[in-house]
Amino acid sequence: MKDQQHQPRDLDGNPVTPGLPMAMLAEVTHRCPLACPYCSNPVELTRAAQELTADDWGRVFRQAADLGVLQVHISGGEPGARRDLAQIVAHARDAGLYVNLITSGIGITRERLEELDRAGVDHVQLSLQGIRPDMADRISGHPGSWDKKMHFAEWVKDIGFPLTINAVVHRQNLERLPDMIDLAETLGARRIEVATVQFHGWADLNRKALMPTREQAAFARQVVNDARVRLRGRMVIDYVPADHHAVFPKACMGGWGSTGLNVAPDGTVLPCHAAQSIPWMRFENVRDRDLGEIWQNSDSFNAFRGTGWMPEPCQSCDRKTIDFGGCRCQAMALAGDARATDPVCSLSPLHAQVVARAEADAGADTANLIYRRMRKGD
Amino acid sequence: MTAQPASIRPAPLVAPDDIPYLPRGVRLQDDRVRGIRVLQAPERAMQLDAIGDAILGELDGSRSMAAIVSGLAARYNAPEDQIAGDVRDFLTGLIERRMVFVRQP
Repeated sequence: MKDQQHQPRDLDGNPVTPGLPMAMLAEVTHRCPLACPYCSNPVELTRAAQELTADDWGRVFRQAADLGVLQVHISGGEPGARRDLAQIVAHARDAGLYVNLITSGIGITRERLEELDRAGVDHVQLSLQGIRPDMADRISGHPGSWDKKMHFAEWVKDIGFPLTINAVVHRQNLERLPDMIDLAETLGARRIEVATVQFHGWADLNRKALMPTREQAAFARQVVNDARVRLRGRMVIDYVPADHHAVFPKACMGGWGSTGLNVAPDGTVLPCHAAQSIPWMRFENVRDRDLGEIWQNSDSFNAFRGTGWMPEPCQSCDRKTIDFGGCRCQAMALAGDARATDPVCSLSPLHAQVVARAEADAGADTANLIYRRMRKGD
Repeated sequence: MTAQPASIRPAPLVAPDDIPYLPRGVRLQDDRVRGIRVLQAPERAMQLDAIGDAILGELDGSRSMAAIVSGLAARYNAPEDQIAGDVRDFLTGLIERRMVFVRQP
């Protein structure tokens, strides 16, 4: 009996073996001055009063390092909305973690950026909503955001942080992808991440306004391929394609509960940032339990570990240890079943339907956006 | 069908006189949990084998690749041209990922 309790099992009771996580996403707040209509935060946002303290984060970082985590991505919301951000960063470095700061660049002054340098930030990732003020300010819902970002990028360069530009692309800005790559080069970025909007949560509310067309996806692929050749040795280009146009799904998180974990502002520990979109799944909290125990023994992390839980066509598929059946949250959203083969996979029985819906959304004649906002009183 | 070479070596991004170095934001570190050495870089931790660790441990920001190769060849009692190829290919891969920079003397 005791033995059974200690053997981690997936949601069907198959024994699974938890590995060691490499990276942790620390969403230190959901507060953000921007209102991007594809925000990856859940539609139900956490209020400031429920946020973990800097000392709580220090404890979580030490537990993460003991568990094998090497890198922390400090994100949000906008992490700069936390006045004690430098203290959070210092705790992460004290725990021995490599600190990536994921920011919009809005609300962090030059003075604070220098403070973050002293606290030990290793690398800065700056988000880009578009090129030039008109698009960047409209998509972010924040007038003046473009100018503030460009100042911020200059300070990053002056201080000497390595810089990654994170350009989120969709139907309304994909034509400007070559300009975004040029801008990243001008700003001295070592790397640009070109990420097509993933249609979960807020983005799903904006499918009709943001879904790229098939032609745009092909254009983006060509631009990325050409730029990789041209910029070899000067700038790295990472590309997350529009998966509704793919043949096989993404290996989400490199496999559920295998290499990464996410801690939400209130301490909830998630296998991925969208996992709360699976309504029946219960998640544990670092306020109640050690991070290592949650990683090893919680039902949520063990649910989709390994391959035993997979239905057909995944179970007999050669690719089951390559893409792990795709994204569980996308399966939930599109098939109504978190266990299903990710419907963006061409082998899914729902694939034709998903493609037809994406094509219809891509052709929708609207640019109207539903912005990410906290509800009144939040 | 045309025959393909067993491996296609990408064009090298480092010459013998170049001085390779780890730029800000990239560092060698012990991974105490896994008991290995890792190269920590922006949003990426790369697990190193003993050879990778030995090469990167030589990057002091002042010696050229040629000097590093000579040192490694002497230390491991291995032919210099073989070491040169291994070092060049390894560093080229890291330069492509912007985890190693080079400067001219």
